[in-house]
Amino acid sequence: MAEIRVMREDLRPPAPPPKRHFISITDVTREDVERLLATARTFERSLEREVKKLPTLKGRLVINVFYESSTRTSSSFELAAKRMSADTMSIKSSGSSVDKGESLKDTAITLGAYDPDVIVIRHPQIGAPHLVARVTDAHIVNAGDGKHQHPTQALLDLYTMREQLGRLEGLHVAIVGDVLHSRVARSLIQALALTGGQVTLVGPPTLLPRGIEAMGCETSTEIGAIGSADVVYVLRMQRERMQEGANYVPSLREYAARWGVTPERLRSGQKVMHPGPMNRGVEIDPRVADHADALIETQVRAGLVTRMAVLYDLLTTGPVAIKAESPLEVA
Amino acid sequence: MLYAKAAPKENLVVRSARVVDPLAGVDAILDVRVDDGVIVALGTDLDTNAHRVLQGESLLLAPAFVDPHVHLRTPGREDEETIASGTAAAAAGGYCAILAMPNTDPVVDSAAMLGSLVETARAEAEIPVGFLASITKGQRGAELTEMAELATGGAAGFSDDGVPVSSPGLMRRALQYGAVTGRRIALHCEETTLSRDGQMHEGEVSAAVGLTGYPSVAESLMVERDLSLAAYERQPVHLLHLSAWESVQAVRRARAEGVAATAEATPHHLCRTDEDVRSLDTNLKMNPPLRSASDRTALIEGLKDGTITAIATDHAPHARHEKEVPFEAAPFGVTGLETAFAALYTHLVEPGLVPLETILERMSAGPARAYGLEEPRIEVGRTANLVLLDLNASYRITDATFRSRSVNSWLLGATVKGAVRTTIAAGRVVFAK
Repeated sequence: MAEIRVMREDLRPPAPPPKRHFISITDVTREDVERLLATARTFERSLEREVKKLPTLKGRLVINVFYESSTRTSSSFELAAKRMSADTMSIKSSGSSVDKGESLKDTAITLGAYDPDVIVIRHPQIGAPHLVARVTDAHIVNAGDGKHQHPTQALLDLYTMREQLGRLEGLHVAIVGDVLHSRVARSLIQALALTGGQVTLVGPPTLLPRGIEAMGCETSTEIGAIGSADVVYVLRMQRERMQEGANYVPSLREYAARWGVTPERLRSGQKVMHPGPMNRGVEIDPRVADHADALIETQVRAGLVTRMAVLYDLLTTGPVAIKAESPLEVA
Repeated sequence: MLYAKAAPKENLVVRSARVVDPLAGVDAILDVRVDDGVIVALGTDLDTNAHRVLQGESLLLAPAFVDPHVHLRTPGREDEETIASGTAAAAAGGYCAILAMPNTDPVVDSAAMLGSLVETARAEAEIPVGFLASITKGQRGAELTEMAELATGGAAGFSDDGVPVSSPGLMRRALQYGAVTGRRIALHCEETTLSRDGQMHEGEVSAAVGLTGYPSVAESLMVERDLSLAAYERQPVHLLHLSAWESVQAVRRARAEGVAATAEATPHHLCRTDEDVRSLDTNLKMNPPLRSASDRTALIEGLKDGTITAIATDHAPHARHEKEVPFEAAPFGVTGLETAFAALYTHLVEPGLVPLETILERMSAGPARAYGLEEPRIEVGRTANLVLLDLNASYRITDATFRSRSVNSWLLGATVKGAVRTTIAAGRVVFAK
């Protein structure tokens, strides 16, 4: 009998084959974005039917793992999977083994044992989706990791902009507020760079990260800089990320007075977007939030169809198959 | 100041190696004979007598390395490293002496604690190891340790490495009082109100990735403070793991003005930049963080012109499960003892950025001088502290590469050039491959 010598390295599981994930906007190309937006539009048509459920992902398992509170993102991912007939499970950190101190690696391996097709993960720490991708065989969708990325938010924002303004090329978007702590801003800046948009970041100097211009955007500390934008994208003042005594702004009152988006600071016809949840009266005046030019509810609807498109895209063979026949007919 | 387990000295001859001692200006194919652990002859066709013969053909024989900055995790985290495993790793890396930092659990802040480490080292250290004691009790930055007693008890120097001595007043007292010990004070320069929560270098990459920035000025501000205090008190200081351009400038200026400052840089800061952190690999997370390309260039320039007098690994072992977490949750630190020479040879010497002789001096005599240790030299009459290097060996770094109990190396999976074949420390062969 041949002697078997086990080297320490051999105890590691073999590297899984390359798998498509959606962890960062840097994972996709302009062509990918165009395909995903087109797919989302097809799904939007399908949702106009009386019976909204499609058999597209029947037999597939999508697990949503949320380590951070979320209304929009978790509900839209769950509904997106259900609308396409996938089986879904939702794990929240509270009430799960995370409360007992289980590591993310072990939770991921445990969930991976059910052979999920997709794991959607939100986590307060940067790099969490990368870790899950390394230890499971599932496609990973990042539903937000700390201050890093929230790529499906950026995709739904692009979808909203294109549907409402008819174009993405050359679109000027002013992103206003706490850019420093915003994964939404980082993903959106990269997404708009892919689609030929122009971005101006506006906010207090303490909340505009040093070196951000290298991402291909302009910065201004004057709220007047939103004047020339087609879209004013308002970020939430992330109070839970503002540690006591960090002194990014002296007070929310002063922030609202100097950088709050008010009707007086907007041009007529300028569209206003916000990823939610809003702090009315802080970063956005309630009159702006309720005005017809605010696309906030449209964004939520777009969230459902773009997330359907993302799940669909990851679980099919990609652009070639979609080109051959429309996604609805595949079902 | 250095302790190792007792072992018989050896008689050996290294045959026909390319012998390089940068300080002696030696670079020639020679035999080196060692009698009872001491170099007794350099020449050609030396008599071997009954000596053990090490074939040195196509290999390079240099003074063995000295690492002034290692974390041996003992006591407290023996699962990550012990004195035995850390010194075995050092032997495999070509080192003949290492200095361990006192930020253990509990902290090395009393003669009793130091004594127990010395005792353990005498029982199990593969190569000579020295122990630094902390500057302040418990590294809490409030009260000085009994520095004189610690020095008498064998402390190789003093440092609160891992945390800065935040109070300028206390730092001044440490420099004043520390003078009686004759030992070097080594400083971790970090202004924590600026580095707070920092995960990586603050710059274009941190802005894009979203990780909280740890600005260069958090280091250089403290470097400037400590150099000012050292100048005022006319005391020598050693500055640990410099990472920023501004810090190199400050040290260069201070040295030109006569301040007795020595400074070290790590292989990872000399070889990698913040661009690499985009991968979110937790083995690229350390304190201070990898900085920009221009900072790296400044470190390399400093290394070449002698502003950076020593290369230190800041070998910081961490348990596997503690690094297998999201980047933001991972502890700071990477290992380096076994890979330092290969990293520097691959990234600095091969591309022509730094001459081999400079690397050899900064890994050996440079760090020894900073702490007043005997400089490893290839001269008749010196203790044999030698390393045989194979500059042509190309190999992949894997888990199996390591004798350290931890594998959190930034080189894991990388292919490197330059291997340690044999290490002779204090007259004894401590590693051979």
